[in-house]
Amino acid sequence: MTDLSRYLAMGGYAAYVWPAYGIAITVLGGLAAQSWNRYRASRRALARLQNGEARRGTRRS
Amino acid sequence: MISSLANPARFMRASSRPLPWLAGIAAAVLGLGLFWALVLAPPDYQQGESVRIMFVHVPAAWMALSIYLFVAVASAVALVWRHPLAEVAAQAAAPIGAAFTFVCLATGSLWGRPMWGTWWVWDARLTSVLVLFFLYLGYIALVSAFDDPGRGARAGSVLALVGIVNLPIIKFSVDWWNTLHQPASVMRLGGPSIDVSMLVPLLVMAAGFGLLFATLLLLRMRTALNEKKARALRLGESLPASPEPGEAGLAVSR
Repeated sequence: MTDLSRYLAMGGYAAYVWPAYGIAITVLGGLAAQSWNRYRASRRALARLQNGEARRGTRRS
Repeated sequence: MISSLANPARFMRASSRPLPWLAGIAAAVLGLGLFWALVLAPPDYQQGESVRIMFVHVPAAWMALSIYLFVAVASAVALVWRHPLAEVAAQAAAPIGAAFTFVCLATGSLWGRPMWGTWWVWDARLTSVLVLFFLYLGYIALVSAFDDPGRGARAGSVLALVGIVNLPIIKFSVDWWNTLHQPASVMRLGGPSIDVSMLVPLLVMAAGFGLLFATLLLLRMRTALNEKKARALRLGESLPASPEPGEAGLAVSR
């Protein structure tokens, strides 16, 4: 057995250790990605609205 | 310092610069923690390599409890002082807490199978943490269940405060009832009973999770305030001749 496959075998607990880390990374990484995407979307939407306001404002005055 | 951030516009200005730094430090600490937990930390003399699940499971459990406490305190502040940011903070934190609780339950199950011989037992510790998960989901559902966001937020705040009785039950369940779950080995009287070679990576992972929470909390609060402001702007557009459409919606957000 090579060092790497010995490491990946986790002393026989590979079927428990790797899914545990996989779930943690998937759930927390997914939450981070979702938070970031929604943040960017909210910034874009707000910028669009504020640009619209600014343009109307200049036309009005 | 806290009261000076009470104003949403001021919060937006003050939080924009630290956010990327916070995210970077969180990523670095989490990377270090993962390497330490998966490579440097020694296997346990009884549990072998399966003990590595602890480095995710235990900090996730700490986060699940602390974030719930955060949500409950923010809810109390929202109910009592009508602080404009408190509800935003509570609502931004709840999904993060739910995610950590889910991670705690899932990794605990994956640890329980080889160590206890079962994925799940209906004992006090596991059941009370499952209740915590449902409290988070209930809070999130309740907040968005009303047409009037103000009423939803207040209903959610009340639920969050009622649910706080669950926290001591979780904490002391391993002492009060007989269970497969081991008692506290870090936060206990007489100091941690866990070896330093495992305690250090555990604390590094906990710090990484805490920093991740802070990062996501700021990000989600900023998102909520952006969306609130956009809503106010859209409302202002549909009304003819609204004075100061930009800031008005935020100043009177309640």
